[in-house]
Amino acid sequence: MSGPHRPRLPAPRGPLGELVLPGLLSPAAEGPLPIDNVRDVAAAGPDADDLHLVLWCLHHLHVDGFADVDPAWEWAPSRVAVWGLLADHVEAELRLATAELVEEALAADGPVPDRLFAMVDGFGGASVASYLRKDGTAEQFLELLVHRSAYNLRESDPQALVLPRLTGAAQSALAELLYDEYGAGDPGRHHSGLYARAMTACGLSAAVGDYLRRLPGTTLVVPNTMHVLGLQRRLAPAAMGHFGVFEATSSGPSRLLARAAERLGLPREVFDYYDEHVEADAVHEQLVFRSICGSLADTDPACVPELFFGAAACLVVEDAAGRALLHAWEAGRSSLLDDGDNEQVAV
Amino acid sequence: MSGPRPVRTFACPGGPLLLRGAEEVVDGDGEVHVVRRPVVAICRCDTSQRMPWCDGTHRSLPPERRPD
Repeated sequence: MSGPHRPRLPAPRGPLGELVLPGLLSPAAEGPLPIDNVRDVAAAGPDADDLHLVLWCLHHLHVDGFADVDPAWEWAPSRVAVWGLLADHVEAELRLATAELVEEALAADGPVPDRLFAMVDGFGGASVASYLRKDGTAEQFLELLVHRSAYNLRESDPQALVLPRLTGAAQSALAELLYDEYGAGDPGRHHSGLYARAMTACGLSAAVGDYLRRLPGTTLVVPNTMHVLGLQRRLAPAAMGHFGVFEATSSGPSRLLARAAERLGLPREVFDYYDEHVEADAVHEQLVFRSICGSLADTDPACVPELFFGAAACLVVEDAAGRALLHAWEAGRSSLLDDGDNEQVAV
Repeated sequence: MSGPRPVRTFACPGGPLLLRGAEEVVDGDGEVHVVRRPVVAICRCDTSQRMPWCDGTHRSLPPERRPD
């Protein structure tokens, strides 16, 4: 149990959602989800907003669930099949989008951890943090908090799924890192707790899923990618390559966001969350790339392309997520979706 | 239990010194910095903005200016 609050299942955003979400509102025993129809829609290339809402909801049945969804759906065979089919679709898209970055890293010389750092430092990519530091408004910062809540209110949970799939030095290093993420024995330093306090201090809801209806596919693909990589044993090395990039792209931007929060006069809790990540993630990036990814590469050289795949996947997914925010702001509009019923949303 | 754990260090190539098992770090001015995490990263490039801790700034330095 993780508290009494559970969101209600959101409305579908397209044909995929129409096939899956209404079915979840009936008891699982009443019948399976229409897997063949889902396969057809997935094969036709579903819209990202539609696809990633469905995938996020299916995963959330493993976490908190929804107030109006029968818990038995979690392991209902047709739900598992639909998740697997959509996860395969996302993985195939990610492999296509990352092929060039992976080839470059494989062709480079040097130890695997150094090549992972080089991939990150050579990428560039959209920087929401730089924009908010210099030009952003308080309202745009709150939008960022809402977008990132899809992951940050459950920070590190997808990576914790990988712990039992590692052994030896890599497992020891991941446990050490997760201990820090979960507050190192102090609930007051629990990272997702710090994030919840930052949201609450800004007058936002810190309940997981409350803003689901406002989050575009480019935002939901961020946690969905972690779930797709973290929940499948064969993708454990990719999950750790991904985690390394996530940490290695956090310290610098967190410093900028802490300063932006100060400049914009946001509550102290927002500064505290980002300030904590400047130091924490300067440690964590070394732990993931050197102690986890380095150990995996030494133990099983065949997993090196997968480490690079996961790393590149994080870069492209985060870049697209950031670009979507910057495009909306440059056009003078909100980066959140308008669901026509924004009663829960204070932004 | 067999006494306090030994302090262990690992120098990250081009980056910080990872430190495990320490309770505090004393800097060159004698100031004591309390260790609050299971592992901490000590700056070795002298450009961190939160000394003695690493803040990742070494990654923006040219390779010849990074620590060994």
